[in-house]
Amino acid sequence: MSEMRFTKDHEWIRVDGSVGTVGISDYAQHALGDVVFVDLPEAGRVVAKGGEAAVVESVKAASEVYSPVSGTIVEGNAALVEHPALVNESPEDGAWFFKLTLSDPAEVETLMDRGAYDAYLQTLD
Amino acid sequence: MTASETSLLTTPLDSLHRALGGKMVPFAGYAMPVQYPAGILTEHLHTRKDAGLFDVSHMGQVTLEGDDPAAALEELVPGDIAGLGEGRTRYTVFTNEAGGILDDLMVSKLSPTKLFLVVNAACKDADFAHLAARLGGRLAVTPLLDRALLALQGPGAAAAMAKLAPSAAGQTFMTIRAMDVAGIPCLATRSGYTGEDGYEISVPADRAEELARALLALPGVAPIGLGARDSLRLEAGLCLYGSDIDTATTPVEGNLSWILGKRRREQGGFPGAAVVQRQLAEGPARLRVGIQPLDRAPARAHTVITDSAGQPVGEITSGGFGPSVNGPVAMGYVPAALAAIGTDLKLMVRGKPLPAKVAALPFVPHRYFKG
Repeated sequence: MSEMRFTKDHEWIRVDGSVGTVGISDYAQHALGDVVFVDLPEAGRVVAKGGEAAVVESVKAASEVYSPVSGTIVEGNAALVEHPALVNESPEDGAWFFKLTLSDPAEVETLMDRGAYDAYLQTLD
Repeated sequence: MTASETSLLTTPLDSLHRALGGKMVPFAGYAMPVQYPAGILTEHLHTRKDAGLFDVSHMGQVTLEGDDPAAALEELVPGDIAGLGEGRTRYTVFTNEAGGILDDLMVSKLSPTKLFLVVNAACKDADFAHLAARLGGRLAVTPLLDRALLALQGPGAAAAMAKLAPSAAGQTFMTIRAMDVAGIPCLATRSGYTGEDGYEISVPADRAEELARALLALPGVAPIGLGARDSLRLEAGLCLYGSDIDTATTPVEGNLSWILGKRRREQGGFPGAAVVQRQLAEGPARLRVGIQPLDRAPARAHTVITDSAGQPVGEITSGGFGPSVNGPVAMGYVPAALAAIGTDLKLMVRGKPLPAKVAALPFVPHRYFKG
């Protein structure tokens, strides 16, 4: 499995062959606060790079989760529907949001690696 | 500090909020803590289980003093203020000529010649001007700009308060007393906006932090931000001015007819009385109701409500996740014909019609101390 890549909207993606696994970063879950609901895409849905793919809701507000790359949804993480707080507990591991088959694997190269993302976070706040 | 923060007003507890790790956000022109490190969910549940301390110093405090201020105030509000006993507190609203609501407020009778009002932060300048313009010729209208306001709420509030003000224990819901709290001269009402027992404590601004620190030092008392204040009042079915009620809604439409005393319903004499009396007689066209989404998805403010056939009939005015309910809760306006408890509705959330029902308010039972 490849290293994790990040977007400026705080999604991450890990690619294994032609399938990417997407979630939100630890920074994102901390900024959201307690997650109480997730709305996940259905299998077969086609998503564009930067397009709306899922929704994550805290007590306070709803936020969009954008797909880091283009592709077709394989599955959403059913565990999150049952246990949304998992997003706060293990955002960059067990609490992945969805998997998708990449339509253009080269898009991954346009995303930030961990070092670049950490540097980007330093420019926020 | 960013440029946008420099223009914000601060409360006397500003440095305490920051020391406690409060996440400060702009609210009604003030920098206010939306949450502390514990987070909204934990703060909400803590308040229902123990006791929460809220800074509500951004709200407006004003006294009306003179000859029969109750009779004068009745020209601006539909509540029975003349019938309010000394030392008692009542919830009411300012209405406009169309019967719309300019603000909601608490009125306490300190003496036959002096009333104490607490109004919303976002409306206070307009309220003060309204009071001065309409009553200033007869009464001394005095905004209390040098006072802070703290709310102590929750089932543990009474025991905590009793440690610092023994006389507070016997005080009942919706009464006001002048008392020393931790040796500081305060004005305390047994009231609040969470549905729980508790107090709202008016304190001199220069001693507010001392009082807050004394309360926070007591076992079970934790600081609570505006985020949990909003989810607590929503579960309690209480209106947020500007969302659930405003100048376009009357007290009758807002399901606040209970604030109209029998005498005021009959005699009128407040702005918009004819509109309100007609709605009382004929029934309003629409009504604020509790709405229970049947799925897990929260329906936020401005979500379109449809009838079971999919016709748009109204809008959610407050909605979100209720931590004590452990699910979504909402309020909104529906036509009177669809206002009965149990009526099937649909909520258009991200383009999808989600099932919901009209629900009884409050979502969480009130636990006031009535003696």
